[in-house]
Amino acid sequence: MGANHKHGDPLPETVLRVKSLESLLIEKGLVEAEALDALVDRYENKVGPKNGAKVVARAWVDDAYRERLLKDATSAVAEFGFTGAQGEELVALENTDKVHNVVVCTLCSCYPWPVLGLPPVWYKSAPYRARVVREPRKVLEEFGTRLPEGTEVRVWDSTAETRYLVIPKRPEGTEEMDEDALAELVNRDSMIGTREADSPTMAEGA
Amino acid sequence: MDGIHDMGGMHGMGPIEPEENEPVFHANWEKRMFAMNNAMPAGIRSIDESRHARERMNPGTYLSSSYYEIWLDGLIRILSEKGIISEEELTGGVAPKPVSTPRPALKAEDVDAVMSKGGNYIADAGKPARFRVGDKVRARNIHPVGHTRLPRYARGHIGEIVADYGPHVFPDASAAGRSDPQPLYSVKFASTELWGPDGTEGDYIYIDLWDDYLEAASDGA
Repeated sequence: MGANHKHGDPLPETVLRVKSLESLLIEKGLVEAEALDALVDRYENKVGPKNGAKVVARAWVDDAYRERLLKDATSAVAEFGFTGAQGEELVALENTDKVHNVVVCTLCSCYPWPVLGLPPVWYKSAPYRARVVREPRKVLEEFGTRLPEGTEVRVWDSTAETRYLVIPKRPEGTEEMDEDALAELVNRDSMIGTREADSPTMAEGA
Repeated sequence: MDGIHDMGGMHGMGPIEPEENEPVFHANWEKRMFAMNNAMPAGIRSIDESRHARERMNPGTYLSSSYYEIWLDGLIRILSEKGIISEEELTGGVAPKPVSTPRPALKAEDVDAVMSKGGNYIADAGKPARFRVGDKVRARNIHPVGHTRLPRYARGHIGEIVADYGPHVFPDASAAGRSDPQPLYSVKFASTELWGPDGTEGDYIYIDLWDDYLEAASDGA
């Protein structure tokens, strides 16, 4: 327990209370168990960071798409059919040699669901929310991301319904790779901004 | 409200602990909690009422809870406040009463369509924009007891408007059952403006802020 109490060890009454709440809401006709199953299935199996990786890979290989994405990310992402809840107003942020973007929600857990799925526990945790706005370089270093001193760091605090998607830098040595192969290099954290995209050698070793 | 949820800049929260190959959910109760929160029929409560309910969790408990435990507390809180459920019903002390305004439950076959559609927070019109891109603004030093999306760490500090996202539902009003649509801006703050000598020269924090949160930087400067 304490500040590091996690998902793995809920209080027994928590599990019981969730069950009681579900039974009550079903009895009152407010929810249906099958719809709950479908919601879980959607975010466990259909909507996740593979969506965002496809968007990023397209932006890497197609300059016209990249421009559309930077101008109006909601529409450009919708070209893939990725739309809806927690991604109604998307903005894409491009990492370059000069600028590194990283995204947080200091007030709760806002995250671009249609492209990244549901957020990892660390993204919703007190340490990340507290620290990344104050000491982003130190946080990034803990993720293994060391930025040159001259790089400008931009931290985006998702305080409204705008949802931010980072387009990581295309790794070196990927000139010959096609869009599908490139998408494999786009890890979830690189689209939050805490890591870089994988290098092709890393991917081979994995 | 100046609650425990408003964490930007706080010290002492410990290290960030990413989990390798983290599953989407860690237990069945998390799945059900996530799903119940998203299956609630539209119109029962707004996203801002939901957030404000979570923010009012006991601060000590908030810090020692996992995120879906916070959702559990928040959903029970808001549904109880709306008179839709009661603690007695939840604990089996009394038989469940019918809801006074029945709303059709989300059907399994509609889940993908409903979630792919999402919500809408953009207003057709609202109060006119007081600021333009390039303007220097100060985040107001306000401490509303209700819901707000103006983080404490920005208050009193000067930034620059870098984008006008147009009229949006105002969360402070929405959490109280109103709308008060008004311009939403992206505001850029220098790290050193927010954190003084503990910030980093050349780094910036971008925050989405509504018109009412801001004043011209010359005001009282």
